[in-house]
Amino acid sequence: MSPSSSSIHARGLVKRFESFTAVDGIDVDVRAGEAFGFLGPNGAGKSSTMRMIGCVSPPSEGVLEILGMDPRRDGPAIRARLGVCPQLDNLDAELTVRENLTTYARFFGIPRKVARARADELLEFVQLTERAGSLVDPLSGGMKRRLTIARALVNEPDIVLLDEPTTGLDPQARHLVWERLFRLKQQGVTLVLTTHYMDEAEQLCDRLVVMDGGRIVAEGSPRSLIEQFSTREVVELRFATDDQGSYADKLAGLADRIEVLPDRILLYVADGDEALAEVGRRSLEPASALVRRSSLEDVFLHLTGRTLVD
Amino acid sequence: MAYVLEYHLVHYRRTWRASVLSTFVLPLLTLVGFGVGVGGYVDGGIDGVPYLEWVVPGLIASTAVQTAIGESTWPVLSYFEWLKVYFAQAAAPLRTSAILGGHLAFMMFRVLLSVVAFALVAAIFGALASPWAVAVLPIGVLTGFAVAAPVTAYSASVSTDSYLAILMRFAVLPMSLFSGVFFPVETLHPVLRAVAYALPLWHGVDLSRSATLGLNPGWQGLGQLLYLLLWCAAGWFLALRRFRRRLVV
Repeated sequence: MSPSSSSIHARGLVKRFESFTAVDGIDVDVRAGEAFGFLGPNGAGKSSTMRMIGCVSPPSEGVLEILGMDPRRDGPAIRARLGVCPQLDNLDAELTVRENLTTYARFFGIPRKVARARADELLEFVQLTERAGSLVDPLSGGMKRRLTIARALVNEPDIVLLDEPTTGLDPQARHLVWERLFRLKQQGVTLVLTTHYMDEAEQLCDRLVVMDGGRIVAEGSPRSLIEQFSTREVVELRFATDDQGSYADKLAGLADRIEVLPDRILLYVADGDEALAEVGRRSLEPASALVRRSSLEDVFLHLTGRTLVD
Repeated sequence: MAYVLEYHLVHYRRTWRASVLSTFVLPLLTLVGFGVGVGGYVDGGIDGVPYLEWVVPGLIASTAVQTAIGESTWPVLSYFEWLKVYFAQAAAPLRTSAILGGHLAFMMFRVLLSVVAFALVAAIFGALASPWAVAVLPIGVLTGFAVAAPVTAYSASVSTDSYLAILMRFAVLPMSLFSGVFFPVETLHPVLRAVAYALPLWHGVDLSRSATLGLNPGWQGLGQLLYLLLWCAAGWFLALRRFRRRLVV
């Protein structure tokens, strides 16, 4: 892809903090109008990448072009066309919902009258019109997040950066946020988001990269990643024993890949029902058995491991 | 920078009521307490000037500095650590210098308000002898900036407010006591006097005193003006460096 046709173009992008390398040479191309996701465990380098794209963190090395401009030189010009929804809401708690939008719009040099009109539109869009005059503090987490998203849209940005947009929200609030983001995407806005919710990535992203330890370990659409890194189906077996591992040998040859967890055994297979039937033929009797389709979560855990990262 | 100032003003519109009391009532109390109360015991005034008239310009400069410090400590720390206001601004197409400059401009607006309020109260008490007294307004803002800029740099460097308490106890309080606000610095031990000369407040106090008493500050006044400007410039560059380090990483 040529740099000019992509919203974001990175080659060998590195971010170093003294001796620590947060982003270790990544290549990324985000096309205009697509929804692009950065997935990865904590510390994978997602947020550092987002901050470089947001032009608040100069790259240590490599090429980075955003909307055809160089963040090192054109930071303010690029930021004028970005909308940023940070991981932690940094709304002004002492201002009203509406004032949060109008004052922020002024930072973009938007005339007051336009700012007021746009604030009303955006409050409508994120369903906060009734709370326009209320202070931010008493709002619920979901409302604050929607307001932060609205604030990221005051300058009618070409690219919206969303750092973990639904972390900490209840299911209703998450679905509302997803639905609004989907609407934005339909309007042609480029969405770039980080998440460690796989359902979020599957819902929203046209394409995504999985990051681990500052590098990109996989790239593609959610579907293609599942095809590439997992099987079509997964069988989850639970045996009535403290040692699930003792059954591993008896299941040998039954699946493309067998994963033994402390509480269950996963069989990665093309045909789950067929595999389960074979389990029966070998007269193994699991206490419970579940056949499900492979998900992005399986890919993610396969690529980045099951060890806790804090 | 104007946009950032505007933001702080919108913000102030919501919170100004809380500061009205301190802006007008504190001058009244200090004037009555020090000027009239303590002044009653000071026979013959200082340098041939009644004590009330002598102490008022000092109190005005001191008020400017108190306001400047109030605005450049907790708010700055909170905008980095708690409310993250600066980070939200940095994501917009503002330069770091505009984020800092806009906030300092607002601080100077607050300083000006407090100086105007104090001068009005003092005028009602008949404590301003000369029409040159209007010069305390720019002098107050200059002195306020000379303190606010380096204190902003300090507040931007610390992560908890216990460091701000240290600043208040070991820098602000002594400076307020020993900068010729309540008694002439000539009576101080030479070491303390040297400290008073090094810090910004005394210069502001002395310039304000020349203004309200209608004295010609002469070459010394020019030197004091330049010295305060030096504090402003140094404070600005330190603060800008701190802000860049925090906002662009």
